[in-house]
Amino acid sequence: MKNKVHPYIPNMVPEVKEDMLKEIGVPSVMELYSCIPEELHLKNEMNIPKALTEYELRRHIEGLLNKNVSADEYINFLGAGCWQHFVPAVCDEVNQRSEFLTAYAGEPYEDHGRYQALFEYQSLLAELVDMDVVNVPTFDWGQAAATSLRMAARLTGRKKILLASTVAPERMKIIVNYGSPELDFDFVDFEKDTGLLDMKDLKAKISDETAAIYFENPSYLGFIESQGAEISEVARENEALLVVGVDPISLGVLAPPSQYGADIVCGDLQPLGMHMNYSGGQAGFIATRDEEKFINEYPSRLFGIVPTVKEGEYGFGDVAYDRTSFALREKGKESVGTQTALWGITAGVYLSLLGPNGMYELGQAIMQNSQYAVKQLNKLPGVKGSRLTSPFFKEFIIDFNDTGLSVETINKKLLDQKIFGGKDLSKEFPEYGQSALYCVTEVHTKDDIDHLITSLQEIVTN
Amino acid sequence: MERIQRKNKVRDFHQAKWNEPIIFELHQKGERGVDIPLSDQAVAAEVGNGVSAIPEGMLRKEKPNLPEIGQARVLRHYVRLSQETLGSDFNVEIGQGTCTMKYIPKINELLVRNPKIMELHPLQDESTVQGMLEIIYNLDVCMREISGMDHFSFQPSGGTQALFAMASIARKYHESRGEAEQRNEIITTIFSHPSQAATAAVKGFKVITLHPDEEGFPDIEKLKAAVSERTAGFVVANPEDTGIYNPRIKEFTDIVHQAGGLCYYDQANANGLLGITRAREAGFDMCFFNLHKTFAAPHMCGGPATGALGVVEELKEFLPAPIVEFDGEKYYLNEDLPQSIGKVRAFHGVAQTVLRSYAWIRALGPDGLKEVAQTAVLNNNYLYSKIQKIRGASAPYVKGQRLEQVRYSWEQMAQETGVTTEDVQRRMTDFGLHYWTSHHPYIVPQPFTLEPTESYSKADLDEYIAALEQISEEAYENPEIVQDAPYNSTIHKLDEQDFLDHPEKWCITWRAYQKKTKQPERI
Repeated sequence: MKNKVHPYIPNMVPEVKEDMLKEIGVPSVMELYSCIPEELHLKNEMNIPKALTEYELRRHIEGLLNKNVSADEYINFLGAGCWQHFVPAVCDEVNQRSEFLTAYAGEPYEDHGRYQALFEYQSLLAELVDMDVVNVPTFDWGQAAATSLRMAARLTGRKKILLASTVAPERMKIIVNYGSPELDFDFVDFEKDTGLLDMKDLKAKISDETAAIYFENPSYLGFIESQGAEISEVARENEALLVVGVDPISLGVLAPPSQYGADIVCGDLQPLGMHMNYSGGQAGFIATRDEEKFINEYPSRLFGIVPTVKEGEYGFGDVAYDRTSFALREKGKESVGTQTALWGITAGVYLSLLGPNGMYELGQAIMQNSQYAVKQLNKLPGVKGSRLTSPFFKEFIIDFNDTGLSVETINKKLLDQKIFGGKDLSKEFPEYGQSALYCVTEVHTKDDIDHLITSLQEIVTN
Repeated sequence: MERIQRKNKVRDFHQAKWNEPIIFELHQKGERGVDIPLSDQAVAAEVGNGVSAIPEGMLRKEKPNLPEIGQARVLRHYVRLSQETLGSDFNVEIGQGTCTMKYIPKINELLVRNPKIMELHPLQDESTVQGMLEIIYNLDVCMREISGMDHFSFQPSGGTQALFAMASIARKYHESRGEAEQRNEIITTIFSHPSQAATAAVKGFKVITLHPDEEGFPDIEKLKAAVSERTAGFVVANPEDTGIYNPRIKEFTDIVHQAGGLCYYDQANANGLLGITRAREAGFDMCFFNLHKTFAAPHMCGGPATGALGVVEELKEFLPAPIVEFDGEKYYLNEDLPQSIGKVRAFHGVAQTVLRSYAWIRALGPDGLKEVAQTAVLNNNYLYSKIQKIRGASAPYVKGQRLEQVRYSWEQMAQETGVTTEDVQRRMTDFGLHYWTSHHPYIVPQPFTLEPTESYSKADLDEYIAALEQISEEAYENPEIVQDAPYNSTIHKLDEQDFLDHPEKWCITWRAYQKKTKQPERI
């Protein structure tokens, strides 16, 4: 029996198929597979359910999705590397445009718009981080950090990397996996009450073999590392590079790392206009000064502006392409490929919408809301709103030890109140016991926060 | 009115050209693109201005030098740029060989815009994401059928990252057997993607690259000479980027296994193989599929994407954690993988791509998937037959035996007319068509690689062929037409000299451009 022509496969039409086979000069399509030995041919049918029509498919998938409860329905206080922020409608409109959605590897001619949008993304983010070079996006923060550190190792000819122990554990796994066996990692301790890097430990561990120091600001635990300039000084004295990971949404109010001495800055674009998407919104960036030695160590594509043969017209092309693995395979700088370009374009749209004032107001709203939450939390019996004494941005540790309840229990009860409680830190940072990492942003209204407070009040007092 | 005449074989086309300024040039002080939600007044009353808490030296002193632009103008800017981008939705995108540019079903795009995936946090309690986990698990089960592997991870977010994950597993596997020091070589082939070699090198392996025999097949004698007690693994695409399927692949994997190495399969070129032949029977221990290629997720200007990574049971514990499992009642995240390589990407990878590919597989069913493969091979062989008839074009290596794509050559045309494959590339844009040359190095001289997939009709293929025929005619009659192209694209030929390779001249951002062209830096 002939199969029905599928809407996605026009040349299933039998007459067309016949015509084409005639041109090729074979009696059947299976003849074209004669190069595959008989013993490698799959003998059985694949055990995959029969095809669905478009309508059936929609019912099926929406049925599955309806089993989920989203952060639109519940109040979400989870952050820890993926954050709920306001996404302007224009961001979605642009990244859902079929031209951008379905473009890929076009040339500077037919994809002029893609090149320009990515060049503009590089340029806009460069202003936010206050550096002259930004790459076409990488996979995510962790991979961007790993690449930044590998760049630092190549630049210094050294192998040792000092990581702050407060680096996000998930990111640490990516960094170590991408860095090994090439790099040697060592960890610098932190002060338990402030979260700040232990400068004594740093000075004890750094040496003339250290390629780079890496810390994050604001840190995974939310506190603001205020010793940037001192850490940078220690790096300089040892001719090591300073690599800093940053949440770019903080940079409307926080000083960019380049202003306290960072040589390479990296981070995640997800907060800048990407929905959480169960972690599908992550995208990494790397920024440096505009120096040849730095440019030559980027594995990523870097789009530059170029004149055309027509007076007054410009286009874009790949800067220093010959350093990439596309050009040199294993002799290129690390590897490049499909990463997260559409999120770069979206972050560009986001920054052009918010502008300098929007970024400031946003930073301020996040600080106010999160400070308000901490203040209210401190009023609850046995609850310490912020375990760390340092100022924080967006995220902070709630210490539940004195309530006698585990974070797991509290989070289960919060779920009954339609709240996603913060990330349980008891495994990642056992020194803080039953503590959780909470995230409060501009999306949280006073009512949302008050609902958390009254729910927690009930949980800890009963 | 008279009947409209359609005499042109090629399309009379002109791409959008908006001459749109760089976004910084749209700045007008005081305009704003969007209002963000501010704190409630009662919140502000309680905590003050918030930013005063920022420690000394950590407050940003000068606001970032971003443009101020009204919302409509921002939108218009980006919509215009989108119009200057030739997405596959309106292009016969068969010119991007190796990348399987197929139809991106609109229903899938509608499905991923559902808040019940867009607004999920990756750390939500498992009870609140059962539907998402079920989709991931279901795709895993489908991929097992398609490949013969036993478990899949969707954490790698692109082919390059999946290759890196497989190189990581190879290292960890040999480490677990105390052979990491000794087994430090990965063998690959020149007609496999550059990332195979590059990611192996990132993972600290020495890379051995095999060149083909005269007919274009990977050379089994060279493999025999290359394997040793130092062999950690063998990575290859099959068919390779030439479209030639290596019929002795099982012998290859046997040779590597006998030497103690692992075999991992780059299935970027799998579109002609669905339901026909699988990784397991060919002897592979691991494989990956680009969901944004064979499985119809969009390419999104270059990601986010997914490299679906499959392994045999013995390698399950090495996978990046967590993986999704089903205990008969509920779906859950299994973090308990004792030899896990750790992570390659944050959390669970790109969930939207997983959903799209699952939806695509369900829209096709097992018979449809096989039709995809067969039609992709039919289309490719039709093109192969037609293109070899074009003056100056050829398909080097063995006659026939091509599956889903072919690497062609304009060597003869270049020698006879001086017109190169890069010239053809620019000229194709004048007809509204994309054309890619090939990955470097150009082992096939003046290369181009076409992959028609199952998505295009015979009429679509004929249009593409007609454009190549016309360009060949132009090359032989008036080569300057091709060499000076494009004329109908958004921009004219780039004047690349110096501007991309000289530090004093390259401008990677607008602020660098401002500095290097001596313009005021702040807008």
